[in-house]
Amino acid sequence: MNLPDESSDSVIQLRDVVVAPAGFPALAGATLEVRAGELVALRGANGAGKTTLLRLCAGLAPLARGAASVLGVDLSRDRAAVRRSVGFVGHRNGLYGELTARENVAFVGALVNATRSEVDAVLEEFGLGGRVADTRAVALSAGQRRRTALASLAVRRARLWLLDEPHSALDADSRQQLERVFIQATAAGVTVVYTTHERSSNSQPMPRTITMDAGRVVQDHA
Amino acid sequence: MRNVFAVARKDLVVEWRARLLLVRVLPFALLVLVLFAVALDSEALLERAAAGLVWLAAMFAALLVVQRCYDIETADGALDMLLTSVVEPSRVFFGKLLAVVGQLLVLVVVLVGGAVVLYGVRVDAAGLVLLVTTVVTAVIGLASVGTLYGAVVAQLTGRDSLLPLLAMPVLAPLLIGASRATEAAFGSRTIDLATGWAWTALLAVFAVVFTAAGAASFATLTEPDA
Repeated sequence: MNLPDESSDSVIQLRDVVVAPAGFPALAGATLEVRAGELVALRGANGAGKTTLLRLCAGLAPLARGAASVLGVDLSRDRAAVRRSVGFVGHRNGLYGELTARENVAFVGALVNATRSEVDAVLEEFGLGGRVADTRAVALSAGQRRRTALASLAVRRARLWLLDEPHSALDADSRQQLERVFIQATAAGVTVVYTTHERSSNSQPMPRTITMDAGRVVQDHA
Repeated sequence: MRNVFAVARKDLVVEWRARLLLVRVLPFALLVLVLFAVALDSEALLERAAAGLVWLAAMFAALLVVQRCYDIETADGALDMLLTSVVEPSRVFFGKLLAVVGQLLVLVVVLVGGAVVLYGVRVDAAGLVLLVTTVVTAVIGLASVGTLYGAVVAQLTGRDSLLPLLAMPVLAPLLIGASRATEAAFGSRTIDLATGWAWTALLAVFAVVFTAAGAASFATLTEPDA
C-alpha cells in the first residue's frame, strides 16, 4: 500500500480512497491531508461522501481501495487501532439517556482512568457545571447533549475529533458555545474535522473549508 | 478489569433507572409461571414440570434482558462511541456479560421462589447446594449465549425477532441440563442428586465454552462494515 509522503504533523492522509458500502461508492477517489491542530469543515450536499469520509477516518468504514493513514496508522492494516485513538461523534451523540451528563462523561473517563476532579474540570470547561451536570442526558437540551458528547472526547484525551454535523439542531447561543469549544480544543493541539451542510460560515476562527461532491474533494479553501 | 467493571456498572445503573427488569421482565416471567399453573391444573404434573417451567420462563425473560442490554447502545449511537473508545472489545463483552448475569440471577431467584409458592416444590439442604450451583452456572451460560448472539444482531434490522430465532436452538442443551439438575435439587423421584451434579458439570462446560467464544469473537462480531 503506497501512502502519501509522510509529514511529521500530518494527522489524516488519504489518497484516492474508495469506500463502497453495499457496493455503492460513497467515496470515489477522495484525496486529503489534514495537519495537527487544524479546524476543518467538510461541506457538500447530501450523498457527497462527508459522513463516509468521517467514518473511514474513525475506522468505522472499511477501505475498499486507495491509501489511508490516520494518526500514523495505516487504515488498511489496523482499523481497530485507529478506532481506539480517535474521538467520533456521529449524527447522534452516543449518550446514555438514563445517565446524567456527569455520569456519561465519568463513564468514558473511567475507561482511561481519569480522576473525578478531571471529569469535573472538563464539565466546567464545556459549560456543563452545576445543575446541568446532574441532569439526565434525556432531559438536556440539544446543545447540552452535544457538549456532553464532546466533553467525553476531551476527558479521554482524543487527539483527533471527527464530528458529524455538530451544529445541527443548535440555536445561535449553543453554536457559539460549540465554536468556543473548538477554539479551546485546537489551541490545545487537538485536530477537529466536522461536516456541515451550511454554505457559508461566520465561525471564528474560520475553519479550513473542504467541499465534497460525488465522493471526491472538489475544493479546498485554507 | 477496570474497564469491565465500568461497562457493567454503567449497564446496571441504566437498567436500575429504567426499571425494565422490575416493571416488565419479572412480571412477564412470573406471568408465564402462573399461566402454566392454570393451563396444567394438576399438582402432581406441576411438581414434576416445575424445574423445566422455571428455566423456560427464565430463557424467555433473559432474551428481553439481552435485547435491552444492546438497545441502550444503539438508542443514541453509543455503540459507535464504545467502538471508538480505548476499550478492548473483549472487555466490553465481559462487562455486558457481568451486567446480564447480575440481572438474570435476580430473575431466576424470583422464579424459583415463584415455583415454591405456585407449584409447591420443596428443597432440602443437599438440594439447596445443588440448586445454587446450578443457578449460577446456568445463568452464566444463558448470559454468555445471550450476550454473544445479542452482539450478532445488535446492528441488524429486525433484531427483536432474530435474537430468539438464533439463540433458542443454541440454548436447548442448557435448558435440558438446567431443568434436569434443578429437578434433582427439587427432590424429584425420577432423578437423584448425583445425576443432578453431572448435569451441572455439563452446564459449567457449556458456560466456559460460550464465555470463551464470546470473548474471542466479540471484536469480529462488532466490527463495523460501513
